[in-house]
Amino acid sequence: MTTSLRRASLLLAAAGAALSCSLGGCSAPTDTPADRLSVYGIKHSEPTSPADTLPDPIPAFRLTDQDRQVITNQTFAGKIYVTDFFFATCPSICPKMQSELLRVYKAFEANPNVLFLSHTIDPAHDSIPVLRDYAERLGIKDASRWHFATAPRDSVFALAKAYMTGAEVDATVPGGFAHSGTFALVDSRRRVRGVYDGMVPEQVDQLIKDIPVLLKEEAAEAQPVAAK
Amino acid sequence: MRSRPLRLLGAGSLLLTLAFSLESCFTERQNEGAQLYAAHCSSCHGDQGQGLERLIPPVAAADYIAQHRAELPCLVRKGMQGDIVVNGIHYNQIMPGHEDLTDSQITNLLNFLQTNWGNTNQSYTIRETSELLGHCNGSDGQ
Repeated sequence: MTTSLRRASLLLAAAGAALSCSLGGCSAPTDTPADRLSVYGIKHSEPTSPADTLPDPIPAFRLTDQDRQVITNQTFAGKIYVTDFFFATCPSICPKMQSELLRVYKAFEANPNVLFLSHTIDPAHDSIPVLRDYAERLGIKDASRWHFATAPRDSVFALAKAYMTGAEVDATVPGGFAHSGTFALVDSRRRVRGVYDGMVPEQVDQLIKDIPVLLKEEAAEAQPVAAK
Repeated sequence: MRSRPLRLLGAGSLLLTLAFSLESCFTERQNEGAQLYAAHCSSCHGDQGQGLERLIPPVAAADYIAQHRAELPCLVRKGMQGDIVVNGIHYNQIMPGHEDLTDSQITNLLNFLQTNWGNTNQSYTIRETSELLGHCNGSDGQ
């Protein structure tokens, strides 16, 4: 009696699911999150095999953050992170961009697997004390969650390219540096998994939706294959 | 039965067209202050004048706007840097100057700020703004 009832309800549930799936197909909902984010980037290196089509990973880097800690790729091992490029005296897009990144930070403040990395593109001015002051004024007390990092300018500009954003010296723009307000989402295997315009709140909303998708993928891959 | 909603729709669209064509008779100068704020200030001071944490001071409900009324035209034209205190909080950032704005544009911008977002202060006339801009040799007389 109970088994037949359970079977019937199962059947009903399956029918309902099928119906909702087919209905969903009609309206084509756009807010359904993708179950896997794409891999972005450029491939400069020679393919090692015909199957080797993935873009180059983020190159090795060595930065110093507002706590004078050395930041390398290892700092982000087993974590995902969001990165951008800014400078403390930037009079144009930075405050807006950093306020949007702050929104993302606050959304994932409780999750230690999500880190943030802001690179200064004006290392001549943005010394460690300037970066620390900037971070504190933005309300970031924990440098291990949101690094404000500096490095020689050429390495920062090269990194910007790897993170699919642009940064260069330009005397014609206010502040002396041209850069875009791009946020890149990077996975634990040093791959860019999303690129967002930090000046467009809707794109930042998308980033906030994409982070849990990537976290889910990371958690699934962290489990040993035998356990699946 | 079907003609009535149709007729209503027709009247509605006529009204809409009229509204749009009437709108084009007037200049947008009435909202110039808000538009200038959005174009030149909102990226740093926020789309509602809220500022950014302790990095960028707010212009909404800001005591500084009331207390430093006479200095604001030069502040907008020439920019500023160094420590300032707004609503009891210290800020220290560079604000770029806006040599591209005319005296009348600065007037409209400041009048928007002085009378919105919790600020209920006295407006400026263009003549007054030009006089105040004279203090920093910043008046362009326009």
